[in-house]
Amino acid sequence: MKISLTSLFVDDQRAALAFYTEVLGFKKRHDIPLGENFWLTVESPEVVDGPELLLEPAGHPAVKPYRDALMEDGIPLAQFSVNDIEAEYARLTSRGVVFTQPPTDIGTAFVAVLNDTCGNLIQLIEMKPNWNDADAS
Amino acid sequence: MDYSTDPLICKYPLAYYGAMVDVFRALDDETRRLVLDELSARDGQTLFEICTTLAMRHGLTLTRQAISQHLGVLESAGLVVTERRGRSKFHYFNPEPLAQITGRWPSRKRTEQ
Repeated sequence: MKISLTSLFVDDQRAALAFYTEVLGFKKRHDIPLGENFWLTVESPEVVDGPELLLEPAGHPAVKPYRDALMEDGIPLAQFSVNDIEAEYARLTSRGVVFTQPPTDIGTAFVAVLNDTCGNLIQLIEMKPNWNDADAS
Repeated sequence: MDYSTDPLICKYPLAYYGAMVDVFRALDDETRRLVLDELSARDGQTLFEICTTLAMRHGLTLTRQAISQHLGVLESAGLVVTERRGRSKFHYFNPEPLAQITGRWPSRKRTEQ
């Protein structure tokens, strides 16, 4: 079994597609009209046959209170791996992306949290070399 | 020493007493002192970031609710203030109440034995 699809609720699917592709750098996989909305997925250009991220409409009444509460406390809803978190932080802030948490050393990794402008916080993570050893000790 | 010139001790003794009790009570807990350490190292953190650093740097695996309650104690003592930016809430260290302590018991140079 493998994880093939995971999803995030987004305020506006078109704005989300622009942010996730043009700003973050993912590529569009599916964009299929479904009534008023779309089956809209993106994937990482760095991974062959990797998982898709579904950018899902946020219209269900349970979504707003759920996401508002997490956003208030700064809790991210997804995590993306990067090779160089300082470089990504510099690249993304220069493009106007707002971080609720700049790159932070948490021992085994560096993490940062950004606002995706679509109602979610996203954590970026750069694992340190040999983090498995550090984890086990 | 003329104490009547010291407003902290003589002019507003009751209000001062209550606030100082809150400050000492807030500081009488290692987790809350660590929260202040982390905020004074990097000010303006979300609850998520505070939970992460307490767990990963200090090995404290408290629940989010417990840390939220600690922040409430610090906030009511005036040692932490919060500010909303966008839709997230950020916590800041406010050292001002600590000045009451040095105001009341200033450190003096020992010039003679």
